[in-house]
Amino acid sequence: MKRSGTWGLLNWALIGATVGALVLASGGVFVARGADPIKIGFGMALTGGLSANGKPALLAVQIWKDDVNKRGGLLGRPVELVYYDDQTNPATVPGIYTKLLDVDKVDLIISGYGTNLIAPLMPIAMERKLTILGMFGLANNEKYRYPNFFQIQPAGPDPQTSTAIGFFELAATQTPRPQTVAIVGADAEYPQNALVGARELIKKFGFKTVYDKTYPPSTVDYTPIVRAIKATNADIVFVASYPPDSVGMLRAAHEVGLQPKIFGGGMVGLQFTSVMTSMGSMLNGVVNYDFWAPEPTMLAFPGIKEFLNEYQARAAKAGVDPLGYYLPPYSYALVQVLGQAVDATKSLDQQKLADYIRATEFNTIVGRVKFGKNGEWAKGRTLMVQYQKVHGTGIEQFRGPGKKVVLYPEELKSGAIIYPYSAAKN
Amino acid sequence: MVAGLLLGGFYAAVSLGVSLIFGLLDIANIAQPAFVILGSYAAYVMNSSFGLDPILTGLLFTPVFYFLGAVVYRLYYGSFERRGDESLRGLVFFFGVLFIIEVSLSLKYGVDYRLVDAAYIGKSIDLGGVGIAFRLLVPCLVGLAMTLALHLFLSRTFYGRAVMAVSQDRLALRLMGADPVQIKTIAFGVGIAAASLAGALLITIAPVVPSTDRDYIGRMFAITVLGGMGSVAGTLVAAVILGVAESLMATFFGPSWSLAVSFGILLVVLAVRPAGLFGR
Repeated sequence: MKRSGTWGLLNWALIGATVGALVLASGGVFVARGADPIKIGFGMALTGGLSANGKPALLAVQIWKDDVNKRGGLLGRPVELVYYDDQTNPATVPGIYTKLLDVDKVDLIISGYGTNLIAPLMPIAMERKLTILGMFGLANNEKYRYPNFFQIQPAGPDPQTSTAIGFFELAATQTPRPQTVAIVGADAEYPQNALVGARELIKKFGFKTVYDKTYPPSTVDYTPIVRAIKATNADIVFVASYPPDSVGMLRAAHEVGLQPKIFGGGMVGLQFTSVMTSMGSMLNGVVNYDFWAPEPTMLAFPGIKEFLNEYQARAAKAGVDPLGYYLPPYSYALVQVLGQAVDATKSLDQQKLADYIRATEFNTIVGRVKFGKNGEWAKGRTLMVQYQKVHGTGIEQFRGPGKKVVLYPEELKSGAIIYPYSAAKN
Repeated sequence: MVAGLLLGGFYAAVSLGVSLIFGLLDIANIAQPAFVILGSYAAYVMNSSFGLDPILTGLLFTPVFYFLGAVVYRLYYGSFERRGDESLRGLVFFFGVLFIIEVSLSLKYGVDYRLVDAAYIGKSIDLGGVGIAFRLLVPCLVGLAMTLALHLFLSRTFYGRAVMAVSQDRLALRLMGADPVQIKTIAFGVGIAAASLAGALLITIAPVVPSTDRDYIGRMFAITVLGGMGSVAGTLVAAVILGVAESLMATFFGPSWSLAVSFGILLVVLAVRPAGLFGR
């Protein structure tokens, strides 16, 4: 019995040790699982036409990832980015996101940059009931009305008029009040949308349209277009263009001597540092949409200065826009929203995240963000800035305030408009 | 009209390389626009680093581009043309070259829009009530000079005549004691050298990114075909026709029709004269 009792004790000890080891081991596994990264997947325009914005956007997201991981990650797990180059080609998007979801098994997704690259992602996200954060798409959810889509460009509930609203509101309040309008834009998605919005606003404010034309995006010489506009003697010239056309239109306006009372509106590219530093004083007087400017009213948002310092320190090595005032703060804000939602819900459940994002006002480096109809910002906040007192082509002048003065909206206004255009040109 | 003529001069400059390589040598070098963009970046680097005039840079870099062209042709010849595989595989080869140049530029210089600064950019001169932008006038004059230089090279020099001969009958040329491969290497090199200057002209007119080349592929080949394969004078005339058509449409009927009308002219001309305006 004694022997039997000893053996029994040993057996119990062995069983206990084994179970203990298994528990510890399994605990170890849980610890290891706990340290598994949260994967955020996306495609991004790293080559092709939109890569000048796609690469800075990627850098901003990487900075956010580093910031979050320094603070211990999300839900106690490090964040890992899984991304592929969509080559600015919408046809690559379905394949990229299928791979991200089925092969890479990412936990969360965000979109790539731009309307055309978000559009093909929408059906995939809807089919799989994913929460999707869009990076600068114009009216992507207008037709789908997918409730789990959110978009960081501050276009507001009416995206089509968002680019032009500030421009025409400003024009309508000037003395003497301008009467006639010329609108022109590229035959491409964004300019077309912007022109639709502009036409609506022209009607609303009672201006008279004297020129309304579009041009192919591959146009080389813009002087014939500007000459035709000049012949109409329009008071307001609204241009909806992509970077090469923006440069072409602005140069042609100077060469032909176009002198409207107010000029600009929806010119993409003038916000880029390489374009600003090349165009220099030619920018003076242009009133154009923007999303961020180094003005005191915009620098007041918490974390923006630290972000820009980090971005600008890393930009040269990454070969991207050295100042990063256009898209990067919003790219960072987009993942800030996602991160805050994960932290608050303590979950990666897509529906819980969407419900939280829909109901919450987020505090980000671009200010307070609240989503509304169709996942757009509840209240639009597209800025209208005017380039003033730009001298030469030095980059340093654009780091500080006073060169891109915020005119609109009122709550972010940092200076007064110089009117008419010719008064600011000289 | 004047703007169209200026644009035509520039179009001629960017199309001369294609006219020489595709029109005369019958090599479908679709990487030519990428070499033009390479020329633009050379002008950008020299302009932003040393303040060198872009067009002067384009001129200074022509020997470098000539050598580059010669190397590319030798590679193409050794891999495809010698074996008679030049048609489809050669096309793929030049596609590859185009992508390699694009991606290399993206990796080295990023994907930001690049522009140059020169005293004549942004200024214009008033001639009889017509404002002419120097930014377009200078490239037009350089384009005309390039056309004249290429015409003189092909018609007055031994190597130029040999290039014309190799395009017509390479066997006969061989019987005359000239090496067709050597001649084609020279011609290809000259075509790529032209891209150096054309690239400098391009960045003088508009900002470039590595993928800008894709905007020019259609125009360059359309001008070459419209002018008549291998005809330098035809290239100039076709370039001016397209430039004037684009400008007139943009001024009087709306710019969105300009490209459609240009390519419409190409279709009509090819229907009437399949060999192009000056083709034989």
